[in-house]
Amino acid sequence: MCGIVGIYLKTKKYEKHLGKFLSGMLDGMATRGPDSAGFAVYTKENKKNFKYSICLNELKENDFKKKISKFIKKIKLTYYADHVILETKEKPAKILDLLKIEIPEVSLVGYGKSINIFKQTGNPKDVVKKFKLSSFSGTHGIGHTRMATESAITTQGSHPYSTSEDECLVHNGSLSNHNNVRRSLIKDGQNFNSENDTEVAAGYISNQISKGEDLEKTLKNSLNDLDGFYTFIAGTKDGFALLRDEIACKPAVVAETKDYVAVASEFQAMAHLPNVNSAKIYEPKPGVVYHW
Amino acid sequence: MNFDLNKKTLREVNQHLQNFDRKKNTRKFEISNPQGQHAICAGLKDDIDITIKGHTGYYCAGMNQKATVTVHGNVGTGVAENMMSGKIIVKGNASQSAGATGHGGALIIEGDASSRCGISMKGIDIVVKGSVGHMSAFMAQKGNLVVMGDADADLGDSIYEAKIFVKGKVKSLGADCVEKKMDKKNIDELTKLFKKLNISEDPKKFKRYGSSRNLYNFKIDNVGAY
Repeated sequence: MCGIVGIYLKTKKYEKHLGKFLSGMLDGMATRGPDSAGFAVYTKENKKNFKYSICLNELKENDFKKKISKFIKKIKLTYYADHVILETKEKPAKILDLLKIEIPEVSLVGYGKSINIFKQTGNPKDVVKKFKLSSFSGTHGIGHTRMATESAITTQGSHPYSTSEDECLVHNGSLSNHNNVRRSLIKDGQNFNSENDTEVAAGYISNQISKGEDLEKTLKNSLNDLDGFYTFIAGTKDGFALLRDEIACKPAVVAETKDYVAVASEFQAMAHLPNVNSAKIYEPKPGVVYHW
Repeated sequence: MNFDLNKKTLREVNQHLQNFDRKKNTRKFEISNPQGQHAICAGLKDDIDITIKGHTGYYCAGMNQKATVTVHGNVGTGVAENMMSGKIIVKGNASQSAGATGHGGALIIEGDASSRCGISMKGIDIVVKGSVGHMSAFMAQKGNLVVMGDADADLGDSIYEAKIFVKGKVKSLGADCVEKKMDKKNIDELTKLFKKLNISEDPKKFKRYGSSRNLYNFKIDNVGAY
């Protein structure tokens, strides 16, 4: 199973409610994935600073602050349960190494200039409350509720997977050739932190984009390179793209109004959205990339 | 009689409709605020009339017998799945596997139906006024799938004895599915079906597709493989 959701605001009208909408959507998909949940909220791009979403695991807030302050001075830390958003001018090349070598007990969930990303085990209804998702405003967001199949129920096994700046991926389905694809991507310099199949798809997308492909072309290529069943929602700082494999066993439904585009595995996840009953509602076609 | 799914649980409403008191004269019901819930009106077995105001989730009116259910909205996966008799009308679009394994009765979809519409159908009549998605009528055994719009790839893959009628374009036919002659007998059958379901269409504008029956038996030419 697993449930995936995404919402993209076409106008500014509901920016303050984005978190509330996404929270309701994840709530509605708890039935499809009770094991863990995660989400990425995109806010307006911060030109000066990078934001690093970090899961502290067992480390205490104060200990993290002490440790990180030893290496970088000008930082802003905002805590959400066991996650922290670290804001700094320091570039990813430095911070990624620093976290890995000096504070290996924490794990980086994602980073970029507009992404805020959180994921944790537990029922989605509790996870969204824990991270206060309803309080977020933003331009677009995607989320996932997981029923674990490929790998264990851990934070690392939860979605979204972010493998590059401001990029992330949620996935409903399973990939059958992920071990092969992972091996060839590792040879190409891509890093992986889990045994999970979706992380491979996320890495595949990042790898192609780093070579200059656009997101749409990358997803089209994935139809040839990734075997298995999937509905993907891939987020970037500008919006998100949706793709179902050519068999299209994994569901998706789109609701579009003049103010927003919402995507979910099932309609019940969007039933709470404003004016959804008069929205244009349709099912995305197999093997076709939709982009907003 | 009206049910509001914001106020009553789906289980209460379904139980009421399934255990309907046959002595009562009220045979008309309305359900509001379905909110995309699954299995609304599943397992009905009486001659009752239900109107659903809004979008429903999976398996709406599944296993239906005798009842007429009209959905003023879209339906999720497997509407009218395994239906035995009665009539289901969808005013909006239908998701995948509409009318799957249906044994009888009629399913009328006024919008589009997506992939695998009529998969493994066993006698149901399905009329789609819009288009159908890929692999529709997959392994369909009996009954009629009538499509006013277009059909996507692999129509009628591995079909048995169900009949497919399409007015628009067919992207491609699946394994063992071929275009067949639309003779007088077929035109009469379709005229009768349209009359029964109160549909004003000209049967002569439809093309017929069905099984070439090449997959029914083992091909003796392949015996050398064993």
